[in-house]
Amino acid sequence: MNSKANKQDANKQDIVNYAIALGDDSLTLGHRLSEWSSNAPFLEEDLALTNVALDFIGRAMMFYSYAGEAEGAGRSEDDIAYLRDCRQYRNLLICELPIGDFADTMARQFLIDVYDVGFYTELMQSVDETLAAIAAKAIKESRYHLRRSEQWIKRLGDGTGESHDRIQRAFNDVWGYTHELFEVDKIEESLINQGIAVDRPALKTDWERCVQSVLNEATLDTPDGQWSIRGGRAGLHTEHLGYLLAELQFMQRAYPGLEW
Amino acid sequence: MQEKEHERRQQEFDAKVANEERIEPKDWMPHDYRKTVLRQMSQHAHSEVIGMQPEGNWITRAPTLRRKAILLAKIQDEAGHGLYLYSAAETLGTSREDMIAALHLGKAKYASIFNYPALTWADMGAIGWLVDGAAIVNQVSLQRTSYGPYSRAMIRICKEESFHQRQGYQIMLVLARGSAEQKALAQDALDRWWWPSLMMFGPHDAESAHTAKSMQWKLKRESNDRLRQKFVDQTVPQAECIGLKMPDPDLSWNEDRGHYDFGEIDWDEFWQVVSGNGPCNRQRLAHHIKAQQDGAWVREAMHAYQEKQQARSARSAA
Repeated sequence: MNSKANKQDANKQDIVNYAIALGDDSLTLGHRLSEWSSNAPFLEEDLALTNVALDFIGRAMMFYSYAGEAEGAGRSEDDIAYLRDCRQYRNLLICELPIGDFADTMARQFLIDVYDVGFYTELMQSVDETLAAIAAKAIKESRYHLRRSEQWIKRLGDGTGESHDRIQRAFNDVWGYTHELFEVDKIEESLINQGIAVDRPALKTDWERCVQSVLNEATLDTPDGQWSIRGGRAGLHTEHLGYLLAELQFMQRAYPGLEW
Repeated sequence: MQEKEHERRQQEFDAKVANEERIEPKDWMPHDYRKTVLRQMSQHAHSEVIGMQPEGNWITRAPTLRRKAILLAKIQDEAGHGLYLYSAAETLGTSREDMIAALHLGKAKYASIFNYPALTWADMGAIGWLVDGAAIVNQVSLQRTSYGPYSRAMIRICKEESFHQRQGYQIMLVLARGSAEQKALAQDALDRWWWPSLMMFGPHDAESAHTAKSMQWKLKRESNDRLRQKFVDQTVPQAECIGLKMPDPDLSWNEDRGHYDFGEIDWDEFWQVVSGNGPCNRQRLAHHIKAQQDGAWVREAMHAYQEKQQARSARSAA
């Protein structure tokens, strides 16, 4: 094989990995949100949280099936979701954190929704048409998600003393996981340069401004920016992911290779 | 004078019911009618909501992403049905909070079927096929119930339930055509859910406390035993079609009646579960109570914020 073909193959695999990573973000967060079913503070919110979960699971399906197609090795969306272990998962760590209480869930969701609105707005411009098409669908959902989560941050921050303390603590606890939203490695950088991937570091300023303005309005402090935990895109996860996968993958592991 | 007025209203009500007109929230209605329809709607609403738990037990473990998405959507529909039904019940002046409080005190009931555990993935098939199937048979007849808001809620709900029933049957179909292990899962689920599904129609007509009066008021349109027979007649061929065996040695086609004969329900089990001693009664209620308690601070914050906002806009308007 000549070097040009080699390079094309390498690039194809990078796009596959990129799509899988985006699918992993969606699936792990969708999984977490789905855990709220029958556990939300009231029925309308139960419905809303599982609806958002469904949007993320839908995205995961689109990203994985695109990755499977682009790879051309016969892997289905389910093979990708159900047959990889912790170290092969590439989601950003913030997505896999446990749901905690309603404040933890909403703080995480708000930070991700702000990020997603920026991210998918840019991904719509990708030269990769499939990624751009997925983004065009996702952006509509994310704008709606953000309207909801922003409203909740204001309600909880400026609600009662207890809700204020809970949501402030939730932001403090999750803050260290936000840094890696804006960090990329060499391979992703090369996809950015080709106009395929989103320049995530460039999203940071707007994200900070938006988050800070909502936190201010919600009478909350923006947490201290010092501590950070990273590694999701390199497959270095929290201990929580293993349990998530054990549950997610139970059927495919216990009864391998069957149609459902 | 007052007595005459009461009599006139009663006659008006009776005539409406006789003419198949709907009773609307502002219409006069007998005290017992109001009580009965409220009890029935609250029980139905609670059933939708508690019914989310056994299926919710499999959301995170669904075998494929597509199945997971369908299951999530189905459970959302159930939450939506709970909302319509609570709203329909609220037309009679009882708040959702009061209905939930009555549920937590054990004063209000929900369908007993949800007190059985969802043990395997095949149970998602059996619940959709049998439990939703039985619910539809009942709900189709309730589309013509005499209380307007309840009837309209049923019409809306029936449309979605038939999709639920089909997706459940489709899960069973795939399992029944799958590996030996999958087929065994499907058969086991049918074995466990068949009799509880038949129990969903309630006691025999002769023993049903509310049937006669409810039929007279056209709240209930068909008797428990007739609905149960209808369900058996439609479901047995569906089982045969996918090669599963009904767990009833007495089941056979009766040419003379034009219906299936079937064995006797274990009524001891039925009354045990109804009275709170089924496998999951305590778990289901405890789960609902915990979610309600865990969410109290969120609801308080929401109200506090709303009050602050109202005070702010009042100030800026002044």
